[in-house]
Amino acid sequence: MNHVFASLEILINMSVLVYTESENGVFKKASLEVASYAKGIADMMGTSVTAVAVNGGDTAPLGTYGVDKVLNIKDAKLDAFNAAAYAKGIAAAAKAEGAQVVVLTQSANAKYLAPLLAVALEAGYASNVVSLPESASPFTVKRTAFTNKAFSHTEITTAIKIVGLGQNAYGLKEASGAAATEDFSPELGDFGVEVQSVDKATDKVSIADAEVVVSAGRGLKGPENWGMIEEMADILGAATACSKPVSDLGWRPHGEHVGQTGKPVASNLYIAIGISGAIQHLAGINSSKVKVVINNDPEAPFFKAADYGIVGDAFEVVPELNEKLRAFKAANS
Amino acid sequence: MKILVCISHVPDTTSKINFTDGDTKFDTNGVQFVINPNDEFGLTRAMWFKEKQGASVDVINVGGPETEPTLRKALAIGADTAIRVNVEAKDGFQVAKELAKVVQDGGYDLVIAGRESIDYNGGMVPGMLAGLTGANFVNTCISLDVDGTTATATREIDGGKETVKTSLPLVIGGQKGLVEESDLRIPNMRGIMMARKKPLNVVEPSGAETETNAVSFEKPAPKGAVKLVETVDELIDLLHNEAKAI
Ligand SMILES: Cc1cc2nc3c(=O)[nH]c(=O)nc-3n(C[C@H](O)[C@H](O)[C@H](O)COP(=O)(O)OP(=O)(O)OC[C@H]3O[C@@H](n4cnc5c(N)ncnc54)[C@H](O)[C@@H]3O)c2cc1C
Repeated sequence: MNHVFASLEILINMSVLVYTESENGVFKKASLEVASYAKGIADMMGTSVTAVAVNGGDTAPLGTYGVDKVLNIKDAKLDAFNAAAYAKGIAAAAKAEGAQVVVLTQSANAKYLAPLLAVALEAGYASNVVSLPESASPFTVKRTAFTNKAFSHTEITTAIKIVGLGQNAYGLKEASGAAATEDFSPELGDFGVEVQSVDKATDKVSIADAEVVVSAGRGLKGPENWGMIEEMADILGAATACSKPVSDLGWRPHGEHVGQTGKPVASNLYIAIGISGAIQHLAGINSSKVKVVINNDPEAPFFKAADYGIVGDAFEVVPELNEKLRAFKAANS
Repeated sequence: MKILVCISHVPDTTSKINFTDGDTKFDTNGVQFVINPNDEFGLTRAMWFKEKQGASVDVINVGGPETEPTLRKALAIGADTAIRVNVEAKDGFQVAKELAKVVQDGGYDLVIAGRESIDYNGGMVPGMLAGLTGANFVNTCISLDVDGTTATATREIDGGKETVKTSLPLVIGGQKGLVEESDLRIPNMRGIMMARKKPLNVVEPSGAETETNAVSFEKPAPKGAVKLVETVDELIDLLHNEAKAI
């Protein structure tokens, strides 16, 4: 008898919870993407979507992407990110909502808190997921593995499931709706880690958030030649990135190093200039949708991985491309 | 300070990835295994703590006997003792739970793990280990200093970095930056000889369960051929009209 009641309660309550990150109160595009994705799962399961936000501002955009209800945790102590406290707050929201599935982005902060959340909820966690669950029962998702050299079909066997959705893997899907917003004040526990200082270029797009990434390698010969790369990034509203040796040589900051041992890239457009396309580099950028290579060596392995290519000297091609891109942007915006 | 460095045994970064048994198992045939690059940066930082601050450094792997050469390499680089938890690693939670037992029994102050292993890319073992043992946790850690029981760390965030203060016991998910590429050590003859005499303790697993199950694998569909263009006008046109990327 008890057993029947217990499962009935779960059926009534269960929802999909999505953690929607915001910066200065504004929800990031990645948050709208995970909201869309949560809605997709909720439709599969015949349930609703609750978002949990931390110091979120206008929540209307969440409604537009399928969220039915928002739990907004407002606390000045959470202005600086703290993985333990955020995980605790999200876990409390998951419990309050009886959530069976929790969806996260794969931002640096989300990847940081996800395993803590998994322990708190005794939930299995699949990271780098690329599509809607292949089935809801058993709960099986497709995720990248071997640094984009393969996919793994992974079953999560726990009662609560945590899914980390790869950036740009699902896209934005509008759903008509309005999200009812409630304040939520969970226990936050010990912070344990205290932020002393943040060093972040506010005028630049980060590689994680960028639609377009302009990346350059050792073919550029020296750090003094990065002006044209920054110029292209500026024209396209892109983030700048580089190959590993470029950061090892100190030509560019480590934070720009992309690839298997650097940051992963999953942008819509990845432009590689003077990069040979070594397997470790390609592994990290392969999730990008459209890849362009500019290299003077037609044998460069990158040409096998790219969608479009120009065989030519970067020092001739890039300045001309910049000029024409600027004109194109002026005419098309 | 007692340090434990978690060592994942992974295919070399140049490996061709194939699967066997109806795409249910990674094909290790002809694959060279190495210390996971993120862990190697952590191990090298641990050597600094050993040499400059008198820390003891143990290394650990959860895995079968085939991972022992990788642990021996870590000993040759300078770790004092290696531990192998004798069970096939099946998912991140199981590994974290097995590690948690060793960390608690051994009273480690600092656990250095890699932000992710380059094979299954789970990115969860260090955080779960911290969650299970109640230690503080810093992920994507690119610098670490310890003074008494206080730790100062820098972590990579999207678009920059952040400096944090915390205390031991601590788990970090490390990566390049903890030390520079040029600081990485190739074991020398003497190190290799000494490593043979150092203890490699095999402990039986506590029987941790899994929470996920990699049912099968698949390789990405082969890519179509690149479109080579002669002029930048053509490139802009294709990016706009065909790829819809600008
Ligand atoms: C364990 C391990 C991990 C690694 N992880 C990474 C990683 O995460 N990311 C990464 O990037 N690498 C990584 N590497 C390094 C990788 O193997 C390559 O060495 C590296 O990617 C090469 O960088 P590059 O393409 O800039 O330089 P190069 O290989 O030197 O290539 C330079 C390219 O520029 C071209 N070029 C030269 N002049 C011009 C010109 N005037 N105009 C146009 N093109 C020109 C050349 O034809 C060449 O193709 C890793 C290696 C190892 C062993």
